Amino acid sequence: MNMNKYLARIKDSKLLWPLAIIGLVLLFDLFFVPGFFHLEIKDGRLFGSLVDILNRGAPLMLISLGMTLVIATGGIDISVGPVAAIAGAMAAFLIGGESFTNTPLPLVIVLSLLAAALCGVWNGLLVSRAGIQPIVATLILFYAGRGIAQMITQGQILTIYYRPFYYVGGGHLLGLPFSIFLVALVFIALKLLLRRTAIGMFIESVGINSSSSFYSGVDEKNIKLLAYTICSLCAGVAGLVLMSNIKGADANNTGLLIELDAILAVVIGGTLLTGGRVSLLGSLLGALIIQGLTTSMYSFGVPPTVVYVAKAGVVFAISLLQSAKFREAITRPFVSKRKVAK
Amino acid sequence: MPEVDHLVEMSDITKTFPGVTALSNVDFSLRKGEIHAIMGENGAGKSTLIKVLTGVEHQDNGEIYLEGKPISARSPQHAQELGISTVYQEVNLCPNLSVAENIFIGREPKKFARIDWKQVNERSAQILKRMDVDIDVSLDLNNFSIAIQQMVAIARALNISAKVLILDEPTSSLDMQEVETLFHGIRQLKGQGLGIIFITHFIDQMYEISDRITVLRNGIGMGCFDTGSLSRMELVSTMIGKNLDDLESLSQVKASQTAPQDQAPVVETKDLGKSGSIQPFDLDLKRYEVLGLAGLLGSGRTEIARLLFGIDQPDSGSLKINGKKVKKNSPLKSIWQGVGLCPENRKADGVVDDLTVRENLILALQSGRGWFKKLSRKKQEEIAEKYIELLDISTPGTEQLVRNLSGGNQQKVILGRWLATDADILILDEPTRGIDIGTKAEIQKLILSLAENGKGIIFISSELDEVVRCCSRVKVLRDREMVAELSGDEVNETQIMQAIAGN
Repeated sequence: MNMNKYLARIKDSKLLWPLAIIGLVLLFDLFFVPGFFHLEIKDGRLFGSLVDILNRGAPLMLISLGMTLVIATGGIDISVGPVAAIAGAMAAFLIGGESFTNTPLPLVIVLSLLAAALCGVWNGLLVSRAGIQPIVATLILFYAGRGIAQMITQGQILTIYYRPFYYVGGGHLLGLPFSIFLVALVFIALKLLLRRTAIGMFIESVGINSSSSFYSGVDEKNIKLLAYTICSLCAGVAGLVLMSNIKGADANNTGLLIELDAILAVVIGGTLLTGGRVSLLGSLLGALIIQGLTTSMYSFGVPPTVVYVAKAGVVFAISLLQSAKFREAITRPFVSKRKVAK
Repeated sequence: MPEVDHLVEMSDITKTFPGVTALSNVDFSLRKGEIHAIMGENGAGKSTLIKVLTGVEHQDNGEIYLEGKPISARSPQHAQELGISTVYQEVNLCPNLSVAENIFIGREPKKFARIDWKQVNERSAQILKRMDVDIDVSLDLNNFSIAIQQMVAIARALNISAKVLILDEPTSSLDMQEVETLFHGIRQLKGQGLGIIFITHFIDQMYEISDRITVLRNGIGMGCFDTGSLSRMELVSTMIGKNLDDLESLSQVKASQTAPQDQAPVVETKDLGKSGSIQPFDLDLKRYEVLGLAGLLGSGRTEIARLLFGIDQPDSGSLKINGKKVKKNSPLKSIWQGVGLCPENRKADGVVDDLTVRENLILALQSGRGWFKKLSRKKQEEIAEKYIELLDISTPGTEQLVRNLSGGNQQKVILGRWLATDADILILDEPTRGIDIGTKAEIQKLILSLAENGKGIIFISSELDEVVRCCSRVKVLRDREMVAELSGDEVNETQIMQAIAGN
């Protein structure tokens, strides 16, 4: 009895499919990619493909977490890539191209994240106050963002020689990449914000029915503003990681097309594009699936040109599995048989 | 065996959902050229019966015959091919397309790979003619009254082979005159031999148009009656399974309701108005009283509610709540001032349907407290359980999604949401619309007892008997203007009607 109940809970859980897919990806790796699960400790640090996936996937995971809030309010933010580039450019500009930094490191981080947050406020104001459709409102920064980043770097690719900054994207803590801790930190902070305050319920309420929420006194405009600001802030953190990884600010390529991966990760994670229930953990899993796929395919030897197509195929399969209609269609034969048996 | 003159024969239909028996051994038959009403409270099984007939659901047991042949519709499309067409409550038409385009959208006749507009228009006019509607079908739909739009929806459902037409609450958004227009059209179709199944909450309309009535209660068929031979009292007691003492005792409750004379009003407006929405009006509401707003749909009743609650901003006059002047009003401010609003459109502006009963009940209370002073889970559950019990909300538990509740219970949840904020002033805009009689009586009773306990209530309703039953004072609106105030013995249906009509 209890077992059945437990199984039913797993079956109803939105995390079932993302978890199943991760399982499949890992299963594939187990058989076809030798040494995929190999982990070794070198200089007190853990190395291996699995750690790699977590480390490389960190920027996507960060952005997906923020994107989850925006999508839960029924919106979308396609400007996260450019916003990441702005944060990166800002940091590079403040540090300068020397082996020392022009600005104290904490101040660098605060100011770059502030720049990102301002982008979010802009998006949020356009959506909540001016009533512009989210995809159009964020399209503005999608276009302008990389331009702004280039203005900050004066059109140059700024290389960073200040070593302490490398720690953000490449450092290690307790033998694990520092970026993993960054993801965990943001995840926990958001989880607390959503569950310890009423903000989580308000975001869901606004996403499900904005008008009913307004009639119930929910401050829907500021809820949306908050969601876009947090989303851009997450993009800013991701921008710092990305830029620290390449040891420089490349306004044109930092986080290129990451907005699409992030939206995909959120959707795979089970948060509906129409808004409503938030699943932060689902989005993390979604981001891991995307990164896991990419890494697995490179390890398997799929040429980079084909990777996109292969990824699309897998995404297609996931989307089908998540479609209620498709699932009903493939499970119907089993259900009716069971009824007859009773 | 099915009888020969029966167009549709459903026998012994049983349908169970997990935990609920929606239909249990129900029989139903429909003759050619008759209008057959299905009556029952919310949750009685009306919609499930229709869903089984039209292939949305499949019965667990029982047979369906169409013209003597057993059928089993796989989907609404399949049912339509078999000759069973349905028009749903919400009209899903495109107001900015022409009448003819609406009728043929998605199945336009083609000629040389192009849409044959001539044929579209001719055939549309032809179908509408069947309902005695003679209009220019090339004009945009939004040029026509809602009654005509309803008939366009029917025309869309009618293909040449249609034998059975199911109308699900077709009159819920129409005024009296429009209902007449629609009924005229429906009678034409009846004359042409169609069997029509009519589902409605309005008893008057049902008596006006139907030939026979099948009554359902809790998934059980209570029998099929000739309309002429069943009195209203009998009908209602068959539907709710108890006699009408409950409803009648309401008038006595009202008699004992006394509004203290020397109290300061809790709501007071002076020349409050918004151009294009409502002419400047004066209104005052005291505690312990139920003030009615009567008038036709669109007469400005809802607009008054929106101004008082801060949904809309006025462009003239002043509003005082609890003696204090209110500037830049908003729903959130209203919560702080102790004002609550149950909006007219329950689905669009009321419930948040994918949140739980608990979350819906505490939503306004939590809004008032702000983002950071979150009610603890335990406190939330206490509140939810309290109002589920107080309002007798029928739900399996606090964690049920509101979308799974019936309309009447959803309304109770919204009412509970405002009671939870401890609002002293409640604005109820059509709180009983689309709700079955039993629940209606419950809600009316509740409104009166709330007033008795010191709340001030503004009660908006299209149903005059309800206004008369609940209100001690009534403001009458016509064409976006407050035209009369009735109180004491003047509060009766005749005088309200005269005031609405402008005699």
